[in-house]
Amino acid sequence: MLWRMRQFFTVAIWRFFLASSETLSHRRDMIPVLSMENVRFARQGRQILGGFDLAVQQGGHSLLLGPSGSGKTTILNLAAGLLTPESGAIAIAGTPMPASAKARDALRRAHIGIIFQTLRLVSALTLVENLELAARLSGKPADGFADLLNTLGLGHRADARPRELSQGEAQRAAIARALVSKPKLLLADEPTSALDDANAHAVAQLLLQSAQTHGSTLVVATHDARLKRHIGHVIALKAA
Amino acid sequence: MLRLAIAYLKDRWLVTAFNIALIALGVASLAVLLLVSTQLEKRFERDSQGIDLVVGAKGSPLQLILSSVYHVDIPTGNIASDSLDLLRRDPFVARAIPLALGDNFRGARIVGTEPEFLAIHGATLSEGSIFTTVGTAVVGATAARETGLTIGQSFAGTHGLGGDGHAHDRVPFRVTGILKPTGTVTDRLILTSIDSVWAMHGIASPDAAAGATTEGDQDHAGHAHGEEVLDRRDAPSPDITAVLVTYRNAMAAVRLPSAINRQTALQAASPAAETARLLSLFGAALDGARLFSWLVALTGALSVFVVLLSAASAREGDMALLRVMGATRGQVSGTVLLEGLVIAAVGALLGLAAAHGLLAVGASLFPTLAAVGVGPRLFHPGELAIAAAVLGLGVVAALIPAARVYRTDLAETLGRAT
Repeated sequence: MLWRMRQFFTVAIWRFFLASSETLSHRRDMIPVLSMENVRFARQGRQILGGFDLAVQQGGHSLLLGPSGSGKTTILNLAAGLLTPESGAIAIAGTPMPASAKARDALRRAHIGIIFQTLRLVSALTLVENLELAARLSGKPADGFADLLNTLGLGHRADARPRELSQGEAQRAAIARALVSKPKLLLADEPTSALDDANAHAVAQLLLQSAQTHGSTLVVATHDARLKRHIGHVIALKAA
Repeated sequence: MLRLAIAYLKDRWLVTAFNIALIALGVASLAVLLLVSTQLEKRFERDSQGIDLVVGAKGSPLQLILSSVYHVDIPTGNIASDSLDLLRRDPFVARAIPLALGDNFRGARIVGTEPEFLAIHGATLSEGSIFTTVGTAVVGATAARETGLTIGQSFAGTHGLGGDGHAHDRVPFRVTGILKPTGTVTDRLILTSIDSVWAMHGIASPDAAAGATTEGDQDHAGHAHGEEVLDRRDAPSPDITAVLVTYRNAMAAVRLPSAINRQTALQAASPAAETARLLSLFGAALDGARLFSWLVALTGALSVFVVLLSAASAREGDMALLRVMGATRGQVSGTVLLEGLVIAAVGALLGLAAAHGLLAVGASLFPTLAAVGVGPRLFHPGELAIAAAVLGLGVVAALIPAARVYRTDLAETLGRAT
């Protein structure tokens, strides 16, 4: 009798542990690359975000769509740790956004690539030098960019300076720079707003392909509704 | 970050080149002044070593020193040769060496003197032998190189201390020795005996009547010119130009110059006092030039400051991007500091190179500069001090722009730029 009771409890304990570990494993898989919970942000007394929530899973793509002043860029800057929220929680790949600027910089270097609308490349460096610099700063090998540039159609522009690039080329170059660090989270701010339809389509395709190739999760902030064709998960924002 | 700083400098190469040129100009002026003044001082010091007093004809004491010690000016006149005996008999005089000046060969001054002259400057023979008879000469290392004189070669002196006088061809000299370089005035002189100088001018030596022979007589027995020189009865009295005196003791410095100046028709001048007077005259001009040079260097630093400040504003976006890419505040502002430092370093290096280049050109264009020992090959520790000071200026000029970049609010910049 005693032996049977002992066997029963042993099996039960093993089942409990096995069930727990499955749950934990499943939960780990489900940890979003970017999560923002009840984030509030105000600038110069003006409330820009009031309790914003967002969770983007590994490999997912999200589109923050809204007019100017709706807080799209602010959301990206908060996600990148460039701004500090008034309240709420932000986490990157399960790691809460640190309070210290130094630690935030380290987290950003390790996991996040950012594509800005106008801040694309360092003006004094050639395209390939920009990529080398970005790689060095993120602690990645600073060579072997030929494939990346060829994929983005910039192989022939490697030695061009930023001012010598067209709008489309510059935007693709910004994508290349952001991808050099092989980021888990790729944030793009108005990547197509200055481009014509053909270029906007091409850049959107490139962003998605590049994110997929590098296993990056993509969050795009834009007022350009054309991107709805490419990214299904849309979060509509209204002007504050 | 250094590569990035250099990339920024190359990106605005014209402004960078202008800034570098301004700093190089200041550094070059400062280095030239430093090198010329120190080389002059050292040369004066070396050339006057062992000579406490120069006795010569009345006139400018400075001119007497310049002509008899440094051999760069014309003498004040001649003095009777018995002045030498007078000085040698004086108990305060340890050594008295006569000089007879007034001729040259291809610009190298011919100095009639005694072999002891070589001891003053520590000159020794590189080859050959010292002058012993009338018409023989030894040549300083530089003079030999510049005139092309070699052992056994004969040459005729030219009247005057430049190269344009008439030639004394009646008693040609024969080179019997070449001196080793000494770094003193001896290097550029041709030394011979007093008797040789007198013979060259057709003046009979007091000893000539006693049967002295000339080199010409030895080489060409019965040569008409040699006999003519020695036999002249109406020749002027044998004079010398100056006497270099070394004191026997400290009391001599008090007694001898004043006694000579007061009681004789001679002039006594102290090389130390006259050189100090000359350097003090130079010194005022040098101070003025030095001040001007520092102003030029400061203007360069100010220009670097203005350029970097404006670059710091124009480059806000780049700096923000660098921060986003992972550069720290220190790295980003360090880029601006490095730009200032690189401009200053390149300017300092070019300035120092230009200074030595200028001295090389100056010494080849103006023989007087070379004659007093100014040349491009000497380096002075002060040059490093100038370079260090200019590097400091570069850093100071870049500090405010760098601090501005350091304090830049990333979020605010991104808010404006994106």
